[in-house]
Formats: sequence, structure tokens, C-alpha cells
Amino acid sequence: MRSDHGRFALTSWRCGLTVAVGVAGVLTSFLAIGFAPVFAAGRAHERGTHSLQAKLEYCKTCHGLSGEGYHGYFSMPRLAGQQPKYIENQLLAFIERRRTNPVMFNVAHVLSPSMVSALAEHFRDLNPRPMGGGPRDRAGLGKTIYDEGLPEANVPACSACHGPEARGQDEIPRLAGQLFPYTVKELTNWSKERGQGGTKVDTSTIMAPTAHNLTQSQIAAIAAYLSYLK
Amino acid sequence: MRIIKLTKSKMAIVAIFFCAGGPLVAGERLPIRNCTWCHGTSARGFDAAPQLAGQRHQYIMSQLLSFKRHTRDNPASRDSMWDAVANLSPQSARALANYFSTLPPRAAKDGDPELAPIGKRIYELGIPESNVVSCLVCHGPNAEGVGEIPRLAGLAYPYLKARLEQWGEGYHAAAGPMPRVASTLSPREIDALASYLSFVR
Repeated sequence: MRSDHGRFALTSWRCGLTVAVGVAGVLTSFLAIGFAPVFAAGRAHERGTHSLQAKLEYCKTCHGLSGEGYHGYFSMPRLAGQQPKYIENQLLAFIERRRTNPVMFNVAHVLSPSMVSALAEHFRDLNPRPMGGGPRDRAGLGKTIYDEGLPEANVPACSACHGPEARGQDEIPRLAGQLFPYTVKELTNWSKERGQGGTKVDTSTIMAPTAHNLTQSQIAAIAAYLSYLK
Repeated sequence: MRIIKLTKSKMAIVAIFFCAGGPLVAGERLPIRNCTWCHGTSARGFDAAPQLAGQRHQYIMSQLLSFKRHTRDNPASRDSMWDAVANLSPQSARALANYFSTLPPRAAKDGDPELAPIGKRIYELGIPESNVVSCLVCHGPNAEGVGEIPRLAGLAYPYLKARLEQWGEGYHAAAGPMPRVASTLSPREIDALASYLSFVR
């Protein structure tokens, strides 16, 4: 009974809509004769906004509604507050296969340069709470390594380049609030994932010796500290 | 105990299982049989009732909770599962979830084999041109799922198709990123994905 009633209501609603659309169509065609260029420009602008909006929603499906990151089968990194130059550089690295990631290659290679800039600008201004999740009892050691490095292991202080609050600068990424498993994976696989593609210049090579000189347990400590850092 | 609505053919199947008996009870007070009536003795499911065998236990738990809270709200869930879990204690829910997650799954293989390669490509890489995200990044390379993210491998084609359509129709609106993901898929892409996943082991 209820569904029949619902179907009837839907049908009459559809009839109403058809009439309305018809009337609007006739009106539009009259108006369009005089204002065609204005209308076209309006639509193009609308489409531009719409497509940036749609692309942002697409990014945030995986990277979190506020860019805070997401724990799927793989960890989707936090993009909120990230340096625009870093995002642009990494998207380019995916396209040029300097950074190995089949999914992100596919994502990046359809983006226009202006879209890349617009997306990067958008994420810079987001500031959700960090997701946390790293082992809290390791965060203290992580902070020490981050602030002071490990001179005996030839590991410089992370803060020297990434800044005392881990906000990054230009092509040097923000690390504050990054997902624990993501940071662990990146530091562990640094030279397998980044700086690929033979002779192409890639700034990520700067990190290679440091990543190599860290033990797995030190990596976990740094990642734990960063996962809670606002 | 309210008896769950079933079609005649399913009633017949249920009757057979019921009479045949078999290893239906795991632990004395666990009402396994209430589930296997619809989900099958080996929990490999029928068209509408999905395979539970090998499903992630955290996912089964979260779904039992979503039936209880009425956030999983498509008509079939409303008709079958809302009442079924109304009096389920958290302990029983956990025990059921653990039990079903340990049963060996089997791929339904009931999709369209010709669409499967298209589905595989969408599953792995998405369709960036139309803002369809990769399924693999959350559900895993073999659709095995992780934590509360469900295993999709080998689920039945009609079930997968119905679920993907339901997201787009506005059901289960509270559940994570899936409403948006599914709303970007065309009917043909849904067909291809459901076909592919039905074959994954």
C-alpha cells in the first residue's frame, strides 16, 4: 500500500516537474537569443567551479573529508595544512614516475596544472585535528630525535629542515599530524618508492641517507610523535 | 522470535537445512541457526543474504550495530535484519562475528565474465576522468578488506550490485565514504565491479 502510494506521489511529482522544465525551456530559448554570450560565459564559469568542487570531493573520498587522512587497506596521507609546493611536486613526481604509485599516477596524470595549483591551495588552509594513533609511549623518544637528531648515527635533526613545529616549507613537506602507518611506510621504503626514474632530478634524494640511517624502532618513534603533533 | 520473511524457494532450502541438521551450533548458547536460515549452513549466503564466511569480524560487528541503530536502512535490512538483531547482546554479536569470520569463504562466480576485466580495472585504478576512486586502496589488492572495511572478494553478484545501487539511492547515508563513491558510478560500471568481485578469491 505504502509503496503504491509513494509511486503515485512520485509520478505526479514527475508530471509537475516535466511541465515546469518545459516552461523553463521555452523561456530560456527566448532569453538565450539576446543573451547567448553571457549565458555561455556563465555556464563555463559554473562548470569550472563545479569541476574543482568535484575533484576536491574525489580527493577527500580517500584523504578524508577535511584532508585529515584515512586508514584504508593502505594509509592515505594527511593533506591538510600541507605545503602547496610539496603537493605540486609530488603530483608531478607521480606523473613522471619519480615516485612509484600506480593509483596516484592514474589520479595525477589527468590533472591540469591549474587544477593542481587550485587543489594544493585548498588543502593548505585546512586544519583538522591530527588523527593520532601512533604508540604514545614512543612519542617522547620521537620528539628527541625530531628536535636533536641522532649525531652518532649521522641523522640530522628533522626540525632543521621541516621546522620546529613540523610545518615544512616550500618543497619540504609538513609532517605534523601525519598518519603513523604512512610515515613509517615512507621512511622504511624511501629509496624504493621515491627518487626513481633514473637520471631525473628529484629532491627526495636529500632524505635517502637519513632514512637509511634510522632503525625501524627509531622510525616508529618519530612517526608516533608526528601523528599527535598539531 | 519473529520468523524472517522468506520467498517460497528459500523456505524450501531452509526446510532442507533445518531437517538435515549438521554442524549448526558453535558453542552452546550461540544462536548460529538463526543466521544460517538465510545465510546458509556454511554461511556462504544466497542472493539477498550475503556470504558471511571469511568476512572481517570487525565489519560483521559494525554491521550488526548498524542494523540495531537502523543506520543500515535499505528495505531488505529493515525487513530481515532490524528485528533479527534487536535482542542480540554485544557478547553474542562478537561471538557470531568471530565464528563467521573463521569459516572458509567461496567465490560466488556469478557475475558476467566479459565485464570482469573492466571491473578489475575500475577496482584497481578507479576512473580519474570521472572522479571514481580506486577501490583497492581501501578494500585491499585481493578485496580482502581490513578492520571495519569489508571483504568483497567472492560475494554474490546480485548482492554487490544491490549494495552499490543502494548507496546511490541514499541508503546507508551515514556510512563513511561509500555514498559518494557509489554515486559516481554508472549502472554499467556497477555491473562490471560486481561481476569482477564475484570471481575474486
